[in-house]
Parts: sequence; C-alpha cells; structure tokens
Amino acid sequence: MNRLSKAFKNAAEKKEKALVGFVTAGDPTLDESKKIIKKMCESGVDILELGVPFSDPTADGPVIQRSSERALKNKITLETVLKITAELRQDIEVPIILFSYYNPIFAFGPQKFYEKARAAGADGVLVVDLPPEESDELTGGWNDGDFSLIRLVAPTTPSERIAKIAASASGFLYLVSMTGVTGSGGLNTSLIADLVREVRIYSDLPLCVGFGISTVDDVANVAQVADGVVIGSAFERLIEENIDKPDLAERLAERTEEYKEATKI
Amino acid sequence: MLSENSENQAGIKEYPDANGHFERYGGRYIAEILMPAVLELDEQRQKIMPDPDFNKELIDLLEKYVGRPTPLYFAKRLTEHLQGAKIYLKREDLAHTGAHKINNTIGQALLAHRMGKTRVIAETGAGQHGVATATAAALLGMKCRIFMGVEDIERQAPNVKRMELLGAGITPVDSGSGTLKDAMNEAMRHWVATVSDTFYIIGSVAGPHPYPVMVRDFQKIIGVETKKQILKAAGRLPDILIACVGGGSNAMGLFYPFLDDSTTLIGVEAGGKGLDTDEHAATLTCGSPGVLHGSKSYVLQDEHGQIAPVHSISAGLDYPGVGPEHSLLKDIKRVIYTTADDCEALAAFKMLCLHEGIIPALESSHALAYAIKEAPKRAKDEIMIVNLSGRGDKDLDMVVLALEKEK
Ligand SMILES: Cc1ncc(COP(=O)(O)O)c(C=O)c1O
Repeated sequence: MNRLSKAFKNAAEKKEKALVGFVTAGDPTLDESKKIIKKMCESGVDILELGVPFSDPTADGPVIQRSSERALKNKITLETVLKITAELRQDIEVPIILFSYYNPIFAFGPQKFYEKARAAGADGVLVVDLPPEESDELTGGWNDGDFSLIRLVAPTTPSERIAKIAASASGFLYLVSMTGVTGSGGLNTSLIADLVREVRIYSDLPLCVGFGISTVDDVANVAQVADGVVIGSAFERLIEENIDKPDLAERLAERTEEYKEATKI
Repeated sequence: MLSENSENQAGIKEYPDANGHFERYGGRYIAEILMPAVLELDEQRQKIMPDPDFNKELIDLLEKYVGRPTPLYFAKRLTEHLQGAKIYLKREDLAHTGAHKINNTIGQALLAHRMGKTRVIAETGAGQHGVATATAAALLGMKCRIFMGVEDIERQAPNVKRMELLGAGITPVDSGSGTLKDAMNEAMRHWVATVSDTFYIIGSVAGPHPYPVMVRDFQKIIGVETKKQILKAAGRLPDILIACVGGGSNAMGLFYPFLDDSTTLIGVEAGGKGLDTDEHAATLTCGSPGVLHGSKSYVLQDEHGQIAPVHSISAGLDYPGVGPEHSLLKDIKRVIYTTADDCEALAAFKMLCLHEGIIPALESSHALAYAIKEAPKRAKDEIMIVNLSGRGDKDLDMVVLALEKEK
C-alpha cells in the first residue's frame, strides 16, 4: 500500500479524518521552514502539501501570495523544494504532495520533474493551473501508479465533468470548497456536503476539502462529511503573524494539534 | 513540435485546434473553478458570433458608434521627410475612445450581454482597454470594474478619470510591479470569486482559449479594412505591415487577413532601456516558451520559471507575456519580431507630431520607430502600412517628463 492510501487508512482506523497541511517551502526562511514542517508532521499533519513558490499565483489570496514572495526572496526554486522533500523523507513517513503552478514545472522539464520528485520521495503533485485537458504533457511518461497527479473539482464543475475528472484521478480528489481564491472567508458547510455527496457518486477515492478552512470549528464541520481537511492560508497566516518569534515552529505545532483533534469523529 | 511542411504557410489560418492550441502554444492553463466558464464561453461564442443578428448589431455599432471604417491615411510629409517607402497609417487612433481596443470590447460586451451576464471586468495597462471596456459597459447598461496597476494609474492618469466618468469602479493593484501583469493577476483572482454573473473582457489576444482566437476575430476588422483600402488607394497589396506588440491584439488584427499573402509582417516589441539590460518587454525577441495567464506562449522568465520584471515607457507594452498565435507565427517565421527602445519610441512620437500633426500613443510609436528606420532603406514605390493603434493624449504627462529629462 502506498503512503497516501496508508495515511487515509490509518486515520480511518483511529476514527478521524486526514489533516492535510499546506505550507510554502522556504517560508519564512529555509531553515525555519524545515523546522516548522517537521513539527507539523509530528503534531498531526497526515498529508503534507509543500508549496513551490511562484511569482504570479493567480489562484491564491493575499496570505499565500505573500508567503510565496517571502520564499522567492529566499531564492527557493523547484530544485530547492525537491531537496527539502528528500531531506524530510529521511525522517518522516508522511505523504508529501508538491503544490505548484505549471510554469516552474514546465521550465524544469515535466519528465525530469517526475523522475526527480519520485526519487526525492514525493507522493504526487497538484498543479493549480493544469486542468485535465492540458495534463498529458506532464503525465505522458508516468509509469508509477504510486505517484499521483491530484485532480481538483470545484463547486462550478458540472456533473459530466466531475465524472471525467474522477475517471483519471488517483491518490485523492481535492474538492474546492467555494468559488474564490485561497484564504477567502465564508465557508458554507451545507454546500460542501452537497459537493461531497455528488463527487462520491463518481469516485471511491478519498475526498479532501480545501480553501477557506481556518477555525477549529470549520475543521470539525468539514470532517463530518469529507475524508480529509486541507488547511493552507490559516497556517501561513500564523507564520506571518509570528514571523520573528523564537517559538514559531512550536506555535504551528500547537495549532496543528488543535486542528487534528477536531478531525476526530 | 512543428512538422517540416508547416514551414509551408498555407493553412496558418486553420489554427487554433478545438482546444485552442496553436501547435505547441495556447490552450487553457487555468484553475478548475474557471474551466466551466471558459468552456461555456467557447461554446457560446461559436454559436453567437456567426449569428447574422449578432453581426448586424456589431457592425452597426462599429460604424455608427465607433466610427469605422477608420481611414487609411497616406502620410505624405513623413514619407517626403524620410525619402523612402510610402508610409500609410491605419488610423485606429480615430476610433471612439482613441484606440483599437474598442473593436474588441464592443464585441465581447455584446457577447456577454447575449449570454445574460450583467457585469464585466477587465485588466488594463495603458488604460485604453479599461476605457474601452467601461465605454461598452455604459453603452449596454452593464456594471463594470477595472483592475489597474498602481504605477499605471500614475502614468496614465487621464484614462483613470475617463473610466470613472464612464461609471466604472477602479481597483488599484499594488502587488508585483503594479503594472499590466499584476492587474491581470488580480482580475483573474476576482473572476474566480464572481464567475457566476461576471464576464471577463480580456484586452488582448492572450489568456486561455477561446480569448486569443476570439479577440483576434474581433480585431481582424483592422486588417480587412486595410486590405480593401490599400487596394483602392494603390491598386495592390502592401509590401510591409508594421504593428507594435504588447499582448499582440492590434498586430494580430492587422496581420490576420494578410497571413496568406506575400506581404512582409513586422511586429515591434518594447525594447525599454535596451535588450542588454533587464529593463525591456521584448517577450518574443528575448523570452522562451512558458505558461502565464492561462496559455502557453513566449514569456520573459528566469531559468526557474519565475516571471521576470519588465519595463517599457509605454504601459500598454509593459507585459512579460504575448498571445500564443504570435509565438507560432514567430517559430514558423511568418512574422518578424523586432524591437524599438524607449528613446526611439519617443523620437518617433515627436516626429509624427511635427510632420503630420498627429499625436500617437507611445505604444504605436514603437511601430512608427521601426517604420522611420526602415523606410529610407526601401525604394520609393514600396508601400509600408503602420498600424497607428491609438492616440497619445493619455501619454502627454509621461512624454513631457521624458523630454525634459532628455534636455
Ligand atoms: C494604443 C495601444 N496600442 C497597443 C497596445 C498594446 O496591446 P496589443 O499588443 O494587444 O495591441 C495598447 C495596450 O494598451 C494600446 O493602448
């Protein structure tokens, strides 16, 4: 069983849902970032989404935009992110999904990316601006069923399209909770429940819900209906607010524990 | 990759394919939230744009409201001054609101209206596309919001006031360098959140499919008219067409009807402070294939795929991307792309003022700068047409400042 499936199975056995944590790699500094990530993984993050910074993150709100800017100031490249991944893989078994816009991957070389990401111990990649219509260039040479391209479904996605996306998906499906950028407010739990119910018709994969989930209550509500709860901007906001604090990593660990607790059902 | 025989230019006009690919360029690189809207737009525009009623309404507005056809004017004094090829100017500066941008915004706004959308948004650099969008929205009674970088708000101030008078809300964008690219980022973010009732009017032949082909189809009226007009005036096709290239809409509009002819086509990008500096916006000349704002095309970027900061004295050309069709036309060498720098554009600006009594946009001045260099090298019976894509009223502050600096 691959790391992703194991993570969902472990969570289910403990009667909880998977906590999926996103942070931008190299924010606020390379060393601090590694420390934060390790602490988060020890404190309850079941699946790590590791963000590759991009100069023009058009699907992200201000919080993740700023985290991306900080990481770019630290000269973090896709190459650095792969190095961080390989280092983490020495110590942790948590599945790592790289989270990127397509251009850094395209510039690196899609096939080379696949080979290096797998070698580094990543378990998949989510490419925000790469719909199924364009993804053959990336996945054409993939021959390892255990490395997933994580597909997205949005509230705007019509049924036939959900079916199509689900048919080519692996790992898990990422359900976007609302029509907006990352970090937007106004979570609507009953709409999320509807979306989960609809996608469930077309897929047996674990369904993770993300975008705009920030409070412990949000997590508890989403955990009622989905297999995984994704938190990104809320972690990045915490990093930003405590950027100079010596106990930054501990603060993130503490928050992670609170979220993890809320995924219990 | 291109096959050998695609060097043979027959068939260029068959692009893009059903998914918006111009060979390896184009496509749809956008968030899933937007995919359904973009797919619906593609379906609707294929239904609505060929509809005779739609066309009648569009043509009627282009004639009576925009003032088309715009004249093709023989620049006699400029030609005499340069002692070479005959220079004609396609006078898009005389279109309502002062640039070619209105051809596209009237088209897209009509389309949005037919699709039942009540609200339009747009990005703008020079402010010409913003003004043209606000104008079309006022004309059709739609709500309008324009995204504009803070640097551009400062250097194109008259257009900001015009947009406000036309009833548009302005969202200043201070991320990145506060220019066109950043305005487009923010417009896309806003669109993601409002896609159910909002139509995004993209201002150039860029963005995800179907924008590049749709905007080209709304702009090709420039080339269609030009062809008729030059045949009437000179009895033959021109030897050379010249247009500036930011995103590439005025160039695509002029070039498209001539793609199968033997006319030489020249696209002029912004050389900024020089190609040997980092401060230019010569995307096709110096860039490499990449993905930005929804399509694959040439992009100015670093080796890690981060988009590069760019510069041009002209806000409308100050953009690190370019439409995908231009990327194909560059690769198959059907269009030659070159550059004019800030100083050359300013000199051309001045020359047109003094020799023809026409104040050109700084964007268009880049095309003029190439014409001014090239015309004296050519025989006097050759015909050169420059797309005067807009007028320069918006640029007066910038130009006065730059000329003072020169002294
Ligand atoms: C007068 C004028 N010409 C040219 C451009 C550049 O755009 P494009 O390359 O799409 O024609 C602009 C853009 O703002 C403009 O205002």
